[in-house]
Amino acid sequence: MSIHTKTIAQLAQGLKDKEFSSVEITQHYLDRINKSDLNAFITVTDELAMKQAQAADDKIALGNGGILTGIPYAHKDIFCTQGVKTSAGSKMLNNFISPYDATVSHQLNQANLVMLGKANMDEFAMGSSNENSFYGDVKNPWNKNKIPGGSSGGSAAAVAGGLSCFATGTDTGGSIRQPASLCGITGLKPTYGRVSRYGMIAYASSLDQAGPMTKTAEDAAIVLNAMAGFDEKDSTSAQQDVPDYTANLNDSIKDLTIGLPKEFFSEGLDDAVATEVMNAVKEFEAMGATVKEISLPNSAYAIPTYYIVAPCECSSNLSRLDGVRYGYRCDDPKDLEDLYLRSRSEGFGAEVKRRIMIGAYALSAGYYDAYYLKAQKTRHLISDDFKKAFADVDVIMGPVSPTTAFDLGSVKDSVSMYLADIYTLSANLAGLPAMSIPAGFSNKLPVGLQLIGNYWSESKLLNIAHQFQQQTDWHQKEAPTNV
Amino acid sequence: MSLSEQQVSQIAYLARLSLNNSELKDNTKDLNAILGLAEQLGAIETDGIEPMAHPLHMTQRLRADVVTEVDQSELFQSIAPNVGNHHYLVPTVIE
Repeated sequence: MSIHTKTIAQLAQGLKDKEFSSVEITQHYLDRINKSDLNAFITVTDELAMKQAQAADDKIALGNGGILTGIPYAHKDIFCTQGVKTSAGSKMLNNFISPYDATVSHQLNQANLVMLGKANMDEFAMGSSNENSFYGDVKNPWNKNKIPGGSSGGSAAAVAGGLSCFATGTDTGGSIRQPASLCGITGLKPTYGRVSRYGMIAYASSLDQAGPMTKTAEDAAIVLNAMAGFDEKDSTSAQQDVPDYTANLNDSIKDLTIGLPKEFFSEGLDDAVATEVMNAVKEFEAMGATVKEISLPNSAYAIPTYYIVAPCECSSNLSRLDGVRYGYRCDDPKDLEDLYLRSRSEGFGAEVKRRIMIGAYALSAGYYDAYYLKAQKTRHLISDDFKKAFADVDVIMGPVSPTTAFDLGSVKDSVSMYLADIYTLSANLAGLPAMSIPAGFSNKLPVGLQLIGNYWSESKLLNIAHQFQQQTDWHQKEAPTNV
Repeated sequence: MSLSEQQVSQIAYLARLSLNNSELKDNTKDLNAILGLAEQLGAIETDGIEPMAHPLHMTQRLRADVVTEVDQSELFQSIAPNVGNHHYLVPTVIE
């Protein structure tokens, strides 16, 4: 078994047993990143990584290492990292060296992790294919002509391609789960407010949530232990106790009741994906779980609701990027208005501009009630559907994405791209925790199974996912990368 | 209802974005398609439904009104495009 196929749990054991050092495994990953053509990273922080690896080895030698000490990871380039370029995939922040650490960055540093670099992503996390990055498309390690998914496409490709042991991601409308599904890894979007948003460049603040992207559910639990928690610097951070997410991984799930929303298995879902998802559900039945059909009647409205709410919030959040205090400024502005107009027009990509304009329009006088207020009311209905469903079931299962990874460059219009987010958006709108776990293949491309849990049920979701991974080996399949 | 190029141009200006002719054409088409998607919301009965302001219906946490930040203006201004005398510099606004 080579280093890059090992999980966090396995690497931690090897480090403890002196089988290898953090410097050795870090060098192994850096060599692989160097040879890779997946374009998974925007910035490779090789010097910093080697320094952190040496510090980790020193800690381990003194017997002071924790489970994450010396483990190399890829950090999505949306998290501010002091002294390291933080671009959010945008030309607008191509020159932005963050003067401070995001809380998540700080937490991961405290855990003595080794940051290999900043992972590629759709610009400001807006996209489902990683084709909206200023730094170029990311390729899917399973087939380099395919998209890795987005917006955390670099993170997913790095883990699936053996370029990092795990990665961080953020999920506003599916940006952890969808790339995890399309690249065949495990991804968890926690309950809204579970992980601090401080220093995580904002896209849609009422939906954004960070989480781990890993090889296994056990690894996701280990990383969530380090990321979760109350943060006074984030005004929407939850004052909720953090359990040990690894504590219940081995609980039996034989009394589990699974809800399958009929709306998630209707028109638009690829037959082969449906088959793989249903096979996974049957696996749970074989483990003793009960399956029930449920209904989320308003889930079809998740797309129009999301594509009003998120752009409204983004148009407000991205107004801070004006070429005055940091980020891109156009050459030779002739006056202040020219400075604003050209800095923003030259600095933002096409999809970001579209969403800013939709938001600006939907929030403008005379249209606010028809769009934003209406969408916020519909959001309530979508959330209430889940409340009713969780009265009867422990977990909701279904597909993550209607298809497997599609060809790079094949989806050309925004609306078609948006429609593929149908199964992931509702969990964000309701603020619920949700996961994607590897559940099969179609045409040699990974298919993910989505698990949606009730508020604060991350432990339960991880337990369910871990039990599935004890019975299946989809998560152990290795992508055919040529590194 | 559909947006004209002139309206899209106005929206772009409100968001301090400028679009060239081909961008204006493309965005008019795209924005109309996206708003077409949003029209689906009209089919939902939402009378008496509260708008959802927060996923967990939490209220804003308040803190004591005391200074907690230390002065890091030099650090923050070190990444600004143009500064002078501790000010962010922009083209002249008033002659």
